[in-house]
Amino acid sequence: MSKKTNTYTVSVYTENNIGLLNRISAIFQRRHFNIESLNSSLSEIEGVSRFTIVVEMTEEQIKKIIGQIEKQVEVIKAYYHRDEDTIYQESCLFKIKSDLLFEERQIQNIIKESNARIVTVNKEYFVLEKSGRRIEIELLHRELSAFGILQFTRSGRIAVTKEPMEISQKLASIKQ
Amino acid sequence: MKETQTIERKQESIVSATVISGAEAIVKCLLAEGVDVLYGYPGGAIMPVYDELYKYEAKIHHVLTRHEQGATHSAQGYARISGKVGVAMATSGPGATNLITGIADAQIDSTPMVCITGQVASHLLGSDAFQETDIVGISTPVTKWNHQITKASEIPEVIAKAFYIAKSGRPGPVLIDITKDAQIEKFDFEYKKCTGIRSYNPEPAVDAAAISQAAQLINAAKKPLVVWGQGVILGEAEEEFKAVIEKAGIPSAWTILGASALATKHPLNVGMVGMHGNYAPNVLTNECDLLIAIGMRFDDRVTGDLKKYAKQAKVIHFEIDPSEIDKNVKADVAVLGSAKQSLALLLPHLNINTHTEWHQKFKDLYAVEYEKVIKKDLYPTKEGLTMGEVIQEINLLTKGDAAIVSDVGQHQMIACRYSEFNKTKSNITSGGLGTMGFALPAAIGAKMAAPDRDVIAIIGDGGYQMTIQELGTIFQTKVPVKIVVLNNEFLGMVRQWQELFFDKRYASTELINPNFVAIAKGYHIEGQKVTKRSELKGAVAEMMACDGAYFLEVCVEKQGNVFPMIPTGASVSDMRLS
Repeated sequence: MSKKTNTYTVSVYTENNIGLLNRISAIFQRRHFNIESLNSSLSEIEGVSRFTIVVEMTEEQIKKIIGQIEKQVEVIKAYYHRDEDTIYQESCLFKIKSDLLFEERQIQNIIKESNARIVTVNKEYFVLEKSGRRIEIELLHRELSAFGILQFTRSGRIAVTKEPMEISQKLASIKQ
Repeated sequence: MKETQTIERKQESIVSATVISGAEAIVKCLLAEGVDVLYGYPGGAIMPVYDELYKYEAKIHHVLTRHEQGATHSAQGYARISGKVGVAMATSGPGATNLITGIADAQIDSTPMVCITGQVASHLLGSDAFQETDIVGISTPVTKWNHQITKASEIPEVIAKAFYIAKSGRPGPVLIDITKDAQIEKFDFEYKKCTGIRSYNPEPAVDAAAISQAAQLINAAKKPLVVWGQGVILGEAEEEFKAVIEKAGIPSAWTILGASALATKHPLNVGMVGMHGNYAPNVLTNECDLLIAIGMRFDDRVTGDLKKYAKQAKVIHFEIDPSEIDKNVKADVAVLGSAKQSLALLLPHLNINTHTEWHQKFKDLYAVEYEKVIKKDLYPTKEGLTMGEVIQEINLLTKGDAAIVSDVGQHQMIACRYSEFNKTKSNITSGGLGTMGFALPAAIGAKMAAPDRDVIAIIGDGGYQMTIQELGTIFQTKVPVKIVVLNNEFLGMVRQWQELFFDKRYASTELINPNFVAIAKGYHIEGQKVTKRSELKGAVAEMMACDGAYFLEVCVEKQGNVFPMIPTGASVSDMRLS
């Protein structure tokens, strides 16, 4: 099997349990894999959580990791996908001095062109929100850096797959 | 890979509602699960449960070990010989952390065990209270499942799940941590056994197509080799397994944990694979045309260098745990499911075969190993006693009917290589984790679970001293285990590696030992020390004739080595005979 590494988006459907995040992250830690991002949320199925984990490894490695994740008692199903098989987004927030919004006309253009959204404005600062691909967020970050950013944070990836997730129909049919 | 089948949660009511404390509920849950003995050690945060155990002592036997680690190994020994779930109990903090070695051992050796720990009251959680430790966090990587209970009402459902998870599918340890307030709180108790969990598919359904592909490969093979593991024992598939190998005439070798699933003297039993296994099955792993792995996981001690492991052969892997497929060795055909069901389905598809010429190769290589290794081990002519001749003396007296509980190291390899087994579940040893100190407490549990069987612990002088305090448990419970310490005054396996790979620099491996017989006698355990060959037979006979527990120390040669050996990183076919 190829030794080439890829970025994989891992989607894990689980019962909602306090200790599960530890169990899942320990699987990566034990094998010295860095988790690039991890997001946990509700899923499309009531009472079922969904972890979205982004990792870089070979396909052979990700297959073994999926096996270890699915082995956990409270994991219902785990999948892995390449970037081209998913629609994925990240989100970020910038906190910037309000003065700049009026003094630097360029900033207004950057906001418009990047499809970023102003979440709030007050006398001191304004907060800008941008969702999109990593590359778009990085571009916006570079552009705004020139003017000074008070605070910046970026979320982990969230993703849905292009193909249907078979888990949805299967679990929907289970009577609780 | 077959998709996970989801099972609806079906529960059957077996105990009807009454208002009781959480602590009493715990004991009632254990009784409902058929627990007759548990091993543990009391302390502050578990005292309400011990108070209930006092009341229920006619129904459930609590064995006070001398250390919580001993409690886990005793529970493991109990589980390994009986197939039932072993139970260990401890208090919070150090009581709980002392369980970890046994839990890790049970996890890697797939032993069904439920550990119950007390925890500080829920309002103190996270406050660094006295004897508070995050045992759920600590035990997560070494448990099949774990859970913390903070309300009494959770107790029945969680304990029911614990037993179900520990025993079903590929078994393993489960830890349930219960806060002290949940033990005291009163609630309406009702117990329902757990029979399924939505997210958990313990036994994948056997795929008929995989069975047929496996049968085709087996029927076409000229030089097939079976390597079986503990999956045959855990799946209670011994009969189905024997029927399959007998019909297809396949030479069959075992991993250390698979030992005793097939009688040692069965003509198709070609011995142990792995680092100190037998010569023929190791060497011929790299000559077979079909490797049939049954309920085993291709541990590195079994395979040696994976790049040179059975590369010429097609591989069929019968396995209950999907994550083991292709983990270490790529399977051409993977048959998921329990060994019992898979092998029963396979049998009718197999052609009758004998593979006479192929068998002859195993016999020829056995003859080589016999001349170079076995003869010297079992019938030595030099002065010093060998570990092998002690095992052989035990074989002669027990005729293969005893359960052998071994510790870790040279004596373990010798005990596993040379012990004769007629019955399944007879070889109890710490295989995956290699836990020194396992044998003495494990033998206690094994003997309690199988009082009609002879249970003989074979232990080195190093490992013995790691859990030697369990002599106190033996004295107090009067459990009649036989203890054989093979004393070479060294940490023998490490010394062997130092001799072979570290230019004989014996760093911290020589032991200055105490008077072991006097220590045993201090616990009122009969015993003697043997230093000469002429005394051995009589001493073993005296041990076996003794009604109670017995301690036998045999002073063996100080610098004996275990051969054959596959050095770390070498190929199975490069096994050294000397």
